[in-house]
Amino acid sequence: MTEKSQKNRRRSDIPAAVSSNSDELAIELIKINKHFGPVYANRDIDLKIAKGSVHGIVGENGAGKTTLMSILYGFYTADSGKIKVGGKEVKIKDSSHALQLGIGMVHQHFMLVDNFSVLENVILGAEDSVLLAPSKKKARIELARLAEEYELEVDPDALIEDLSVGQQQRVEILKALYRGAEILILDEPTGVLTPAEAAHLFRVFDTLKKQGKTIVLITHKLREIMAITDEVSVMRRGAMVKTLITKETDPSELAELMVGRSVLMEVKKGIANPGDIKLEVRDLEVSDDIGVKRVKGVSLNVRAGEIVGIAGVSGNGQSELLEAIAGMRKPDNGKVIVKGQEIAFKGDDSAAELRLAGLAHVPEDRHEHGLVISFEQWENSILGYSDDDKYGKGLYLSVKACKNEAKKQIEEFDIRPPNPLLKTANFSGGNQQKIVLAREISRDPDVFIVGQPTRGVDIGAIESIHNHIIAMRDAGKAILLVSVELDEIRSLSDRIIVMFDGNIVGEADPDKVNEGELGLLMAGISSQDKDKQEEAFVKDKIANDLANKGAV
Amino acid sequence: MEIFNNIIFLLDSMIRLTVPLLLAALAGLYSERSGVFDIGLEGKMLAGAFGAAVVAYLSGNMWLGMFAGMGIGIVMALIHGIASITFRGNQIIAGVAINFLAAGLTVFLGQSWFKQGGRTPALPEGGRFLAIDLPFADALKDVPIVGGIYSELISGHNIIVYIAFAMVPFTYWLLFKTRFGLRLRATGENPKAVDTAGVNVNFMRYKAVLICGALTGLAGSYLSIALSAGFGLNMTAGMGFIALAALIFAKWRPWYVLWATLLFGFLNAAQIRLQGVELPYIGEVPVQAIQALPYILTVVLLAGFIGKAVGPKAGGIPYVKER
Repeated sequence: MTEKSQKNRRRSDIPAAVSSNSDELAIELIKINKHFGPVYANRDIDLKIAKGSVHGIVGENGAGKTTLMSILYGFYTADSGKIKVGGKEVKIKDSSHALQLGIGMVHQHFMLVDNFSVLENVILGAEDSVLLAPSKKKARIELARLAEEYELEVDPDALIEDLSVGQQQRVEILKALYRGAEILILDEPTGVLTPAEAAHLFRVFDTLKKQGKTIVLITHKLREIMAITDEVSVMRRGAMVKTLITKETDPSELAELMVGRSVLMEVKKGIANPGDIKLEVRDLEVSDDIGVKRVKGVSLNVRAGEIVGIAGVSGNGQSELLEAIAGMRKPDNGKVIVKGQEIAFKGDDSAAELRLAGLAHVPEDRHEHGLVISFEQWENSILGYSDDDKYGKGLYLSVKACKNEAKKQIEEFDIRPPNPLLKTANFSGGNQQKIVLAREISRDPDVFIVGQPTRGVDIGAIESIHNHIIAMRDAGKAILLVSVELDEIRSLSDRIIVMFDGNIVGEADPDKVNEGELGLLMAGISSQDKDKQEEAFVKDKIANDLANKGAV
Repeated sequence: MEIFNNIIFLLDSMIRLTVPLLLAALAGLYSERSGVFDIGLEGKMLAGAFGAAVVAYLSGNMWLGMFAGMGIGIVMALIHGIASITFRGNQIIAGVAINFLAAGLTVFLGQSWFKQGGRTPALPEGGRFLAIDLPFADALKDVPIVGGIYSELISGHNIIVYIAFAMVPFTYWLLFKTRFGLRLRATGENPKAVDTAGVNVNFMRYKAVLICGALTGLAGSYLSIALSAGFGLNMTAGMGFIALAALIFAKWRPWYVLWATLLFGFLNAAQIRLQGVELPYIGEVPVQAIQALPYILTVVLLAGFIGKAVGPKAGGIPYVKER
């Protein structure tokens, strides 16, 4: 038996002694800062994680959770700040250093080599001999032991590409344990799992905790947090909002902290006058890039002259729904009907088909999908519409007509600086967003799909963008709006639809619903049609915990 | 017996012509398995051939020549590595630059040093690798069939030929049975997984690229101081590209590389043998048509037969850790 496995074995003989010592800190982060370009991903983060605890970190997508944990794992280096592991200050230079310190991480997108076997993936980087055979032999024995101890069975000779995502995740956990990880960071571990697999994973957590290991769980699913964590830290926009003891909080408080409450901006709008149905979505199912179902059968209607807002904690399928309706992502199932015309979603040109049907789309990520950032403004102002006859016929493109159109858009939308020859990258975020909006609105679409219209946009531009959207509504257009800003949804929408875990879990009247009720809906608390199995499990789990605590 | 002898000669010639392709394709295999596409095999081979010929001519020592050839290959590989690994440049463009650099520099230096139109002077005694006879080659010569195969086909090549063929099982072993190989393959497939496992991705890629340089240098040395007795203008004549084609055809696997390069070597040998020969029904085939055979095959194979050859997944992409 090798030294490492002996050490593990000894540890497994004395589980309770370590976990009871909860005063000891496994990890302490002090004033961590990290930025990518001008954007701060983490700002002055302080965090304490007790040894032997399950610590949750929640926040919306882009709140900086993953960046923070990548810093802890040595994948990124912080710009400033201190890290203490087990009370000692350390500078984590790279991942191998983090591994030496006993920190293992299970990434959201698995770090596995697809055409390698499980065994090869487990020993990669931890081979202790020049030849592979002895390392493999040792790993095979160790894997069998870990499999038994933690219920992590997986065929060591199977290729990763042949395994289910759940099993791939087991390999990731085994990889960390094989390297002797004492602190295990898991990034959105249940996002790709079925409820049964998730339940199994939580049982594994229990065993790990009993062995005195510390678990850091990154997620935006509040029910999981409530069910399995001891403490929970909330992050928002790169900052640490608060750390709470899980028992002393509740989902609606967490939801509020996550989404953040900001001043409700006054938007002047008259009463909606809905007409015919212009956009109809029926039983739409959509998967993301790695094949996980994100939209699980959504049906909705948008009428002429109304704004329908989709609210939800980000990552619950809103983005994928929007992308599918806009023709950027092929749905697995279901129908999209624009002005009575069903969209075929046959080839790669669904977006063009939708545009011809009278739909326009402002994508959530203007840099990635809305603009060619290195083009001049006039080029972006006709992007996607360059085949229109008014810009020249056949191969010919009339630069003059394009520039005239660009000038018209600049004037109408007050894009600053008013220079069509300026590179798009040199406009501010708000003005870039106006360039996209101007282009799509100028086409006078009957159905208008808007994602995150004011993300990263300054206050002045927000107002003008909101007014343009309201004006569209008053002109009798059907508008579907997705935004992470709850206030924006509430002030613009005539109807609010709440999405949770790929389903529509409720509909609300923005004038009657209060923030607390919306927060509960968004956290999936009072939903009727959620996953029964998961629900039952969580109830079970809470009951168990209570029973255990009572017994102690 | 006449036909048998002809076949033996043809195969013997095939083996000699396969060696530079085999070495270059294996060189490419190391580099590309680590995720660095290398279109500069040709240039590194050419530079290696030149370096080997110059040093062998000046020193009269074939071994010094060979090591010089490998050294030049390594230097060229280092340039490729710095451009495409450290500075995350486009690997293909860096490779093209290597090819131009080698093509220009060998002519320029050759002409200004030796004034023989870019060629190097004929090698002195001891400067060229000569054939070595394996034991009993002479004694077995007259045994029918087996004797001919042993004494003509297997025996009587220079040492680089044997090294080249021994590189195939060695590469297989290194790639699939050692820690180095596991990490190398993983780096070409998913560098992030390698990085998170605590292995330095760029360092792995440098190692692979330098091995590639040494092997292309050896391939070049073989051309100038073993197969011929001196460097000739552009003497690689596209062999680096054919090696690249063979590598893709072989799906980046060592044993397949052997078969693929033997096929190309055979066509080359056949091409030389068929020149001026009257074929039944067809008559004499123009030399140019026969010379084009290996290249036509390359196009056909690459376009038609290997539609599903999927290379290392991370190939061609510089590794960037932070977004």
